[in-house]
Amino acid sequence: MAERTAVLGVGQTKYQTTRGDVSLPGLVREAAYRALEDAELGWDDIDAVVVGKAPDFFEGVMQPELFLAEALGAVGKPLLRVHTAGSVGGSTAVVAASLVQAGIHRRVLTLGFEKQSESNATWALSLPQPFSVSINAGAGGYFSPIIRQYMARTNAPELIGCMVAFKDRQHALRNQYAHLQQQDLTFDQVVESPMLWEPIRFSETCPSSDGACALVLGDEAAGDAASKPVAWIHGAALRSEANNFPGRDEVNPQASRDCADDVFAQAGITDRRAEIDEVEIYVPFSWYEPMWLESLGFCEIGDGWKLVEEGATHLDGGDLPVNCSGGVLSSNPIGASGMIRFAEAALQVRGMAGDHQVDGARKAFGHAYGGGAQYYAMWIVGSDKPTS
Amino acid sequence: MSADPSIPPAALSGEVSLPEKLADVEPVRSVRTPIRLEYDFIPGSASSGYLNAFADRKILGQQSPVDGAVFVPPRGVDPRHGAATPDYVELPDTGHVGGFCVTRLPIPGRDDLEIPYVSAWIHLDGADIGFLGLVAGIDTSEVRMGMRVRAVWKPDDELGCTAENILYWEPTGEPDIPVTAAGTNAWHAKQAAAGEPG
Repeated sequence: MAERTAVLGVGQTKYQTTRGDVSLPGLVREAAYRALEDAELGWDDIDAVVVGKAPDFFEGVMQPELFLAEALGAVGKPLLRVHTAGSVGGSTAVVAASLVQAGIHRRVLTLGFEKQSESNATWALSLPQPFSVSINAGAGGYFSPIIRQYMARTNAPELIGCMVAFKDRQHALRNQYAHLQQQDLTFDQVVESPMLWEPIRFSETCPSSDGACALVLGDEAAGDAASKPVAWIHGAALRSEANNFPGRDEVNPQASRDCADDVFAQAGITDRRAEIDEVEIYVPFSWYEPMWLESLGFCEIGDGWKLVEEGATHLDGGDLPVNCSGGVLSSNPIGASGMIRFAEAALQVRGMAGDHQVDGARKAFGHAYGGGAQYYAMWIVGSDKPTS
Repeated sequence: MSADPSIPPAALSGEVSLPEKLADVEPVRSVRTPIRLEYDFIPGSASSGYLNAFADRKILGQQSPVDGAVFVPPRGVDPRHGAATPDYVELPDTGHVGGFCVTRLPIPGRDDLEIPYVSAWIHLDGADIGFLGLVAGIDTSEVRMGMRVRAVWKPDDELGCTAENILYWEPTGEPDIPVTAAGTNAWHAKQAAAGEPG
């Protein structure tokens, strides 16, 4: 039996295009400091630090975890780095949780970050490879053909993606940490925004952000001792698969389905849509909301777009609110983006999500994916301690 | 509600005092330091065979010893079974378009590309995975999944050991193959036709 594990504290920086006032160490320190403050703990209470970020060539700083050790209070403590491309924020949280669940450490600080202003991610994702031709324009170029396949399979109405983007930008207005704060944005402006990677429009695309997100995780005794509400981990899972093999289902990859089955089984959840109160899924391009809702089993295959159309995923009136924080579509410090999903799920079940709180949320789902939709990290957190 | 998140915690934002002689100097917030790295790429055996063959206008794949699936570009391994793929197969320079993207953005290092352009997964006849290629010689709005294409090569005196020997893929004018048998569906269609589970 694994040690019961809780999220004791959450710390985020404001996400924005450029945090020119801080260095990388300053950025991560800010998120870590806020997580400790939220957890009502000090640097000395932390036994180990687990760090994740997207590929090092995004900022051109190799193995940045080493030079960030002091900023993260990790000197003299175990310091672990996790790499799983864009899913890394989620994978990092799962790895950190496993150190507590395994009884190795009592309290772990985990953090994901990116400073996209010191980099060019589209360039970094378009590196020439000798065995391939150089024509893929960043992540949008990679995911656009997959979205096109989803649209062909489901015959979903053309503007579903725009509906997701508009909803997430509305949600972002209720999250003071979110990067994009587009008060005057209209649905028509989303629809009329230029095509970048057809069928993906500019407004259906995530921004480039600077930011960091941190969590303090603790064992059962630490969770019981906390004076604020904590988020108990009911399930945590990782899966991966190769990015190109015969017959690969790129729209609904097996690793995604397997990871979801595992995490829901751990949490003892049978009716996914009914039992989960808030969903934070990794949606860097709008169409990935319906695609993941299907893959994750929140609805039947082919029905994801119907949830969007019905408004089921909207914070106001939806029965399955998705990305109440504004999601990756509103803030994307890549290495932190997965952890923000996990953190927001935790804030919801702690009742601490502020203006984007889902009333009475008791169980929430956090999700991240990365690479060529190859790497998956998921967790389920609850207000109550898991019974098993 | 918590404090304004755009204001860093007070404990982390102490005043910095500068020496008198720097008092009037504009603070440096950032510096740009372009970096470059030159390296020799050692392709290993699978990629060497593939890249060398391009100089002779040949496209080589490798075949899985487990179920005969053909991979291009060959990477020396069948990732589904963890099996080495030592055997090369020569593939024709014809195939069909699987998934594709109409890109309306410039990309670094390819100033030669006219925007918009179509990047596509090209599924060669006889191969069981797609590889990336540029589709041209057709209006971008007319490109479709299942469209038959052939390679347009550089002139002989410009050929090197590189996949860039293929300038682009152009339509052959043959009838499309059905979308249900195109791209990543092709493997399942092939298995079904052979009476095996995909």
